[in-house]
Amino acid sequence: MSEWNIELGWKLRNDMVRIRRFEEKAGQMYGLRKIGGFCHLYNGQEAVAVGFSSTVDHERDYVLTGYRDHGHALAAGMEPDAIMAELFGKVTGVSRGKGGSMHLFDPARGFLGGNGIVGAQIPVAVGVAFAQKHRKSGGATVVFFGDGAIHQGAFHEALNLAKIWSLPVVLVCENNQWGMGTNWKRVSAVDDFSLMASAYGVRGEQVDGMDVLAVKDAATRALDDARAGRPVLIEARTYRYKGHSMSDPQKYRTRDEVDEYRKQDPIYLLEEKMKAAGAWDEERALAQDDAADTMAADAVAFAESSPEPALHTMYEDIYSQDPFFMGRRDGIHAMPSRNPATGRA
Amino acid sequence: MAIMSYREALNRAMDEEMEHDASVVLMGEEVAEYDGAYKVSRGLLEKFGTERVLDTPITELGFTGLGVGAAIAGMRPIVEWMTHNFALLALDQVVNEAAKLRHMSGGRLSVPIVFRGPNGPAEYLSSQHSQALASYWVHVPGLKVVAPSNPADAYGLLKSAIRDDDPVVVLESEMLYSDKGEVPDEETLVPIGKAAIARAGTDVTIVAFGRPVKYALEAAALLEKRGVSAEVIDLRSLRPLDEGTIMESVARTGRAVVVDESWPAASVGAYVAHRIAVERFDSLDAPVEFVSSEDVPMPYNHALELAVQPSAGKIVAAALRALYLEE
Repeated sequence: MSEWNIELGWKLRNDMVRIRRFEEKAGQMYGLRKIGGFCHLYNGQEAVAVGFSSTVDHERDYVLTGYRDHGHALAAGMEPDAIMAELFGKVTGVSRGKGGSMHLFDPARGFLGGNGIVGAQIPVAVGVAFAQKHRKSGGATVVFFGDGAIHQGAFHEALNLAKIWSLPVVLVCENNQWGMGTNWKRVSAVDDFSLMASAYGVRGEQVDGMDVLAVKDAATRALDDARAGRPVLIEARTYRYKGHSMSDPQKYRTRDEVDEYRKQDPIYLLEEKMKAAGAWDEERALAQDDAADTMAADAVAFAESSPEPALHTMYEDIYSQDPFFMGRRDGIHAMPSRNPATGRA
Repeated sequence: MAIMSYREALNRAMDEEMEHDASVVLMGEEVAEYDGAYKVSRGLLEKFGTERVLDTPITELGFTGLGVGAAIAGMRPIVEWMTHNFALLALDQVVNEAAKLRHMSGGRLSVPIVFRGPNGPAEYLSSQHSQALASYWVHVPGLKVVAPSNPADAYGLLKSAIRDDDPVVVLESEMLYSDKGEVPDEETLVPIGKAAIARAGTDVTIVAFGRPVKYALEAAALLEKRGVSAEVIDLRSLRPLDEGTIMESVARTGRAVVVDESWPAASVGAYVAHRIAVERFDSLDAPVEFVSSEDVPMPYNHALELAVQPSAGKIVAAALRALYLEE
């Protein structure tokens, strides 16, 4: 446990608990069909997003991730209300109900999504880092992706570009061990993803993704390197408790396996360290838990009470100026003027 | 007016815009030290340096995605694809990223990027290097697509594309790069979304874009000898599409021939023909004629590859059919 203090411990715990409680609530809401489509929960992986975000400078750095993005969005400081509203498809959502669970964005906090195509965010992130270098902003970009994405050409092409142009970028493979229903070992030529860095002459590092303090340390080292023009690849070994998405029956793994990883739960691990350091305060922990529950409940209340987007908004947010459309615009006329689900116009 | 080649016109557009705006950078395979595979970027490295004119490895997906990322972070990249055939490797980054980021972010992100390079048939290149792929881009909301047919439009449309706050795909033609034409001496922008009447006429409207505009003009000259006055519309912009200019013309002539060097199915030409049939049903005196490439991959043999494509002769024949004058 290097360079950490008690207040940092409490902050990291709080950030992880907020994500955990938000995701539990999102899962419930999915069960109630308030949220549709694909909904990929982050339970179990909280230490990765929180460890990094505690080091990221949200004023000048950028973060991009894949579709399992609720945790990263919360860690970046986005409003839980607007995230939950987006999951509900409401116009008050971060993306005005256009993006949903997989596409959360907040450029003001340096959070550039929320990407639904496996690995496609990696070259985009390297381009963001290119702009940072070109503009001499001093910022760096952190891009998260999974153990499935690392085999995409996009990863390999992007890492090569990052190296040859000395771009300030950290590539973080969150190895949660299951690419949908495929165990990572079945489809990987190497049993340590950090080795892939050596093919491109960059530094690779493996970190225990269940240990938020270890992640924070690795993130600090990686961002220091990145800011000096040395891209880094991090493999954070972690585990997701929930299915790939909410519709995943999870027949590919055993209950025992999940339970085994719950013993290494990132929140529990941090609490154990805090207790060992004599920094534990049960009341304070309960207060954090209660506040996180309230945050999640408030987010649901906000989402519930928010209006549906008006039908004409389907024609918005496509072009910068005057919108134009091929063919006829029948969308508004073909739809009922009131949404039958809500009774609202 | 200066006489310059299509290649030089594109080069001038990039040169001026890079001069204007430090956020404009050019990247692609061979664009810097080699001056471009087709020499479109000649001299730009020398003038703007290695930070703004960048040779990439042969990784279309990688550098196209990198360009998109740079665009959402405040730059105005020009991504050169050596040809649109190779851009298929980058299709995901264009369709799923460039075209969608504004939408998925509820309007919070802007993607000011230009994708440009030669599209359409060249010569003796067989089926992987001689394809007209306009439909791939025109299909996608969120993109803009332009297809200049002459040096002046190549210059003015590329300048507009670089200044545009949305992703713009520019369809150039390898076979046009050496064509010369008049380009205004003063700085000029050609607006995206506005077709041009390349030749005025009264009897039949020929709609084309890109290189086939040349064939359409040749056809109009041949038709004139037969006493037929053909109007030629150069679409210039495919998305948005200037339907007003098309429909106004067809309302006057009552006959339409649409030309597209793509394959016929799901093509820009097929779409334009459909729109004319719907919007000008009452004005039409004949079915809308459509001249496309044959529905086959491009053969290497020269006689075969020419026979596959639209030509002045095919357009004349189509116009005569529309006028019920065929022999």
